Amino acid sequence: MVEQYDIVIIGGGPAGLSAGIYASRALRKSLLIEMGFTGGQIVDAEFVENYPGFPDGISGLGLTGLMHRQAEKFGLNTLMAEVTGIELNGESRIVKTSSGDFASKAVIIASGSERDKLGALGEAEFSGRGVSYCATCDGAFFRDQVVAVVGGGDAAITEALHLTSFAQQVIIIHRRQALRATPLLGRRAAADPKLAFRWNSVVEQIEGGDVVKSLRLRNVKTDDVSTLDVSGVFIAIGFKPNTAYLKGMLPLDTDGYIITNEKMETDVPGIYAVGDIRAGSIRQVVSATGDGATAAVYAEEYIIEHERF
Amino acid sequence: MSKPIVVDDNNFDQTVLQSKTPILVDFWATWCRPCLMVAPVLEELADEYEGRITIAKLDVDHNPKTATKYRVMSIPNLIIFKDGQPASQIVGFKPKAQLKKDIDAVID
Repeated sequence: MVEQYDIVIIGGGPAGLSAGIYASRALRKSLLIEMGFTGGQIVDAEFVENYPGFPDGISGLGLTGLMHRQAEKFGLNTLMAEVTGIELNGESRIVKTSSGDFASKAVIIASGSERDKLGALGEAEFSGRGVSYCATCDGAFFRDQVVAVVGGGDAAITEALHLTSFAQQVIIIHRRQALRATPLLGRRAAADPKLAFRWNSVVEQIEGGDVVKSLRLRNVKTDDVSTLDVSGVFIAIGFKPNTAYLKGMLPLDTDGYIITNEKMETDVPGIYAVGDIRAGSIRQVVSATGDGATAAVYAEEYIIEHERF
Repeated sequence: MSKPIVVDDNNFDQTVLQSKTPILVDFWATWCRPCLMVAPVLEELADEYEGRITIAKLDVDHNPKTATKYRVMSIPNLIIFKDGQPASQIVGFKPKAQLKKDIDAVID
């Protein structure tokens, strides 16, 4: 017997937690499925200073911890499992997981995204031996050493600024002439004496012995190749949406994000997508929580309409 | 109900390297999000694999000697020790099914 829910939420970041708060507060039998610990990527942030209501800032872990507590207060159930697929059975949506199947009237997909790989030679070989995708995790292993950060967006600059508290020098490698990061972060980066920049450059190969020793860079304007000695390289070039388990059941945009309308509805009735996984998301906690609330409200409406028949 | 044990620089040799059963050591730190993700998975595995493998946690922040010895440069870093030797290593967060495969490969 498959357990029946009103709303199943896939992913426990801010978008999923917010959907959970709204769904359970609407007295819908709701289940949130998360692979590990709830909180999502924002837990990496030492300090969130743009979420309204926290004028003095708050840690990502603190903020999502509060969201989780708030959702549980209204009766949200959470399950630690890996979702392996969604199947349609008439009006019912079956969420298949490593801990069994769950039937639901509506499903809210909030499984977010993960760091994109660089695709450079040596990247996989040196993963965990100097190649990292998480500066908050691994920064402390590079005390007083020279490290590189690849990328030029908010994530890359935030990581680079974090690394300056450990490393002797941090070199930002960016394939363009200027940063894409928000101006405030760009200004902080330009003012930091430990940061240096290699513009118009891409990493062609990560080299070393047991651990990373250097990077082979190519200037995209001049095609000049150079070697940069570093002990570590942090990759922050972008994100990849976690949609593999959907196996093509929903239309995606050219970058692989799920297409929704303004109600967060996907192409399949009763299935919604919210937060970073949604095409057009601005990838902020505040927009993710807004998405989650929107989807939960329209899922509620959808369930009521279908109950009438 | 078996739970993960805590190991440190001082008891690593005795508890891990001289362990009769295979032992998985989770090199972690409080500041690391994927480490927080791994923690509840390891709690379940400690229970499910009771008697077949010991699950241990080592805080790299307070135990740099062991972390350096095993060249831990990225966490979470799970090293499975068998007869005092590293037999398998898993870097980064992996779903439970994957961890079970890696554990089974060592203990079977």
